[in-house]
Amino acid sequence: MSAAAASLRRLASGNTFWPLAMLGFLLLFNLVSNPQFFAITVKDGHLYGSVIDILNRASPLMIIAMGLTLVIATRGIDISVGAVVAISGAVAAVLIGGELSPSGGTGMADATRVPLPIVIWSALGVALALGMWNGALVSLFGMQPIIATLILLVTGRGIAQLITGGQIITIYYSPYHFIGNGFLLGIPVSLFIVAAVSAVVWLLTRKTALGMFIEAIGVNPVASRLAGIRARTITFACYAVCGLCAGIAGLIVSSNVKSADGNNAGLLFELDAILAVVLGGTSLSGGKFTLAGSVIGALIIQTLTTTIYSAGVPPEVNLVVKALVVFLITIVQSQKVRDLIAKQRTRRVVTP
Amino acid sequence: MIDTAAVTGRSGTIAATGGSGTTTATGRSVRIDPRHLPLAVTSSLFVLMFLAGSYLFKGFFSLQVFLNFFIDNAFLLISAIGMTFVILSGGIDLSVGSVIALTTMVSASLVEKHGLSPAVVIPLVLAMGSGIGLVMGVVIQYFKVQPFIVTLAGMFLARGLCYLISIDSITIHNGFYVDASSHRIPFLFDTSITWNVVIALALFAAAIYIAHYTSFGRTVYAIGGSEQSALLMGLPVPRTKVLIYTWSGFCSALAGVAFTFYMVSGYALHAGGMEMDAIAAVVIGGTLLTGGHGTVVGTLFGVLIYGTIQTLIMFEGTLSSWWTKIVIGLLLLVACLLQRIFERRARTA
Repeated sequence: MSAAAASLRRLASGNTFWPLAMLGFLLLFNLVSNPQFFAITVKDGHLYGSVIDILNRASPLMIIAMGLTLVIATRGIDISVGAVVAISGAVAAVLIGGELSPSGGTGMADATRVPLPIVIWSALGVALALGMWNGALVSLFGMQPIIATLILLVTGRGIAQLITGGQIITIYYSPYHFIGNGFLLGIPVSLFIVAAVSAVVWLLTRKTALGMFIEAIGVNPVASRLAGIRARTITFACYAVCGLCAGIAGLIVSSNVKSADGNNAGLLFELDAILAVVLGGTSLSGGKFTLAGSVIGALIIQTLTTTIYSAGVPPEVNLVVKALVVFLITIVQSQKVRDLIAKQRTRRVVTP
Repeated sequence: MIDTAAVTGRSGTIAATGGSGTTTATGRSVRIDPRHLPLAVTSSLFVLMFLAGSYLFKGFFSLQVFLNFFIDNAFLLISAIGMTFVILSGGIDLSVGSVIALTTMVSASLVEKHGLSPAVVIPLVLAMGSGIGLVMGVVIQYFKVQPFIVTLAGMFLARGLCYLISIDSITIHNGFYVDASSHRIPFLFDTSITWNVVIALALFAAAIYIAHYTSFGRTVYAIGGSEQSALLMGLPVPRTKVLIYTWSGFCSALAGVAFTFYMVSGYALHAGGMEMDAIAAVVIGGTLLTGGHGTVVGTLFGVLIYGTIQTLIMFEGTLSSWWTKIVIGLLLLVACLLQRIFERRARTA
């Protein structure tokens, strides 16, 4: 019994416990309101079901949240991720061509002006360059992160519209649709991408000293530099990776909706991503970070959205609920409340 | 983020006072007080752009074109004035655009669907905006949560509340609003302005007074320079910080009223991304994002530059609206890089 209690306590002290508990609560709520919630059916060798749907829809957010986690761990912020999503999608759409081209008189055939690998690498390259741009402004010019990325947030949508010519470009090339809509071994392709990204980021930050360096920079940038950590290079790399992650998400989003919209693609993504990171338990003041937490945070947001939709509540309520969740989480995470809890605890120890 | 802001802000203040001393001591040819350099840059940039426009386009150089900057950007000026105080104190307010949208929505629905008089509605929405600002200020000050994240939540909340009222646009038919939107007040030389311009300029005058001639204004600058020093000096830091966000909320609501006069409708998607425009105007106007330095006058020039860019693109005709975003972004970049240079020079001086 005591062993169970001890393991429960150890679990509760783990940094992903509260996000997991919240996700569990949401899932339970769904199960109660809809007994079919966890049902997974196999159709044409593909898995279908609410849970798969949530995972699939959350995938862009999960990827962005992981990139953003690294940036936030260095005590930075990147509010340009939504704009990068739009730009990456726009680049891909423009390179593919976005026109239905009749081939050989047998109706409309899907074609691309540029081979698919080049399309993907170009979109990712542009996203990486944008991330490096942010990183350079922050680490070389010492600009405040929120401002450095604000510049790209303001400019980025303009650039995306410039690329698409202000139009919503439809993507007809069907192999491209595979990224966001396809299935591999019955599982959505986007989930494989999420798995690959998380594996790379996790290995780099948790199996090498890199993660510790990032945390050290977040705790105290000056001290970490004096300790011999190449703070500038690592900060720069974090923003670059964050840009790249946003680019990958941009590919998934544009492939999923089969179009690129410079104005609205990835709108408010930066806010959702920040929310996911904070929900996951990474503090905005830098230092300790948890990748798993951010992934769970993204899942919480998507589950919340799906729950609100399926509960028959008007979707407009979504934003209000999100806002209240942010308020609640930030207040609970705040030093004031922590001090209060700590005081409560010491009093309990002292009184008996 | 907090630490670096505090550090740079502090060294900025010390260096700025030291800097003005050294210019008089060394007696070099440049006679501008370094504190006024950003404002000088911004105002000359505006004059240059306006002259360039006048040179390039026939009919650009006229008083009415200049007044149109105010007419079309009155709400931006109003919200940017509120934002100036927030940024001067070293904070940020991301809820501006959504509070404007919420104000248009509440005004439209109360006037059109509930038949309330504008005389009741306008004070009510102003109180609502101030209330939202007050709550955010309290959370920022007493729970020590970053302004960025609190106002982000405020942004979500205000937009969400808009959608709760209605997901469709509500057109206003009320005589007062229609009148306020179309009424032209004659100005010099056959030109005219709107009520919005009067409101914006009145607020502008009030803001200059508050920022530079009241103890509240001085406390705002002191907090931006170094919050800790301000506390140690015995300044009412907590009260002032809450008031700053209340003021910003009030300005956003007032901007919302002006926006309602401008658009004569309420819509949840109104003023999307306006907070970024306001921040950009403030920063281009020479206010340091780390707090402590800047002027309300600079913000006016920031908004005027905004108006000039929009008008230049309109006159050009072949350029599309997204160029505004790109040019504003580039200007923001230049302004920030210049700020870094000023800061660095001030620190070494």
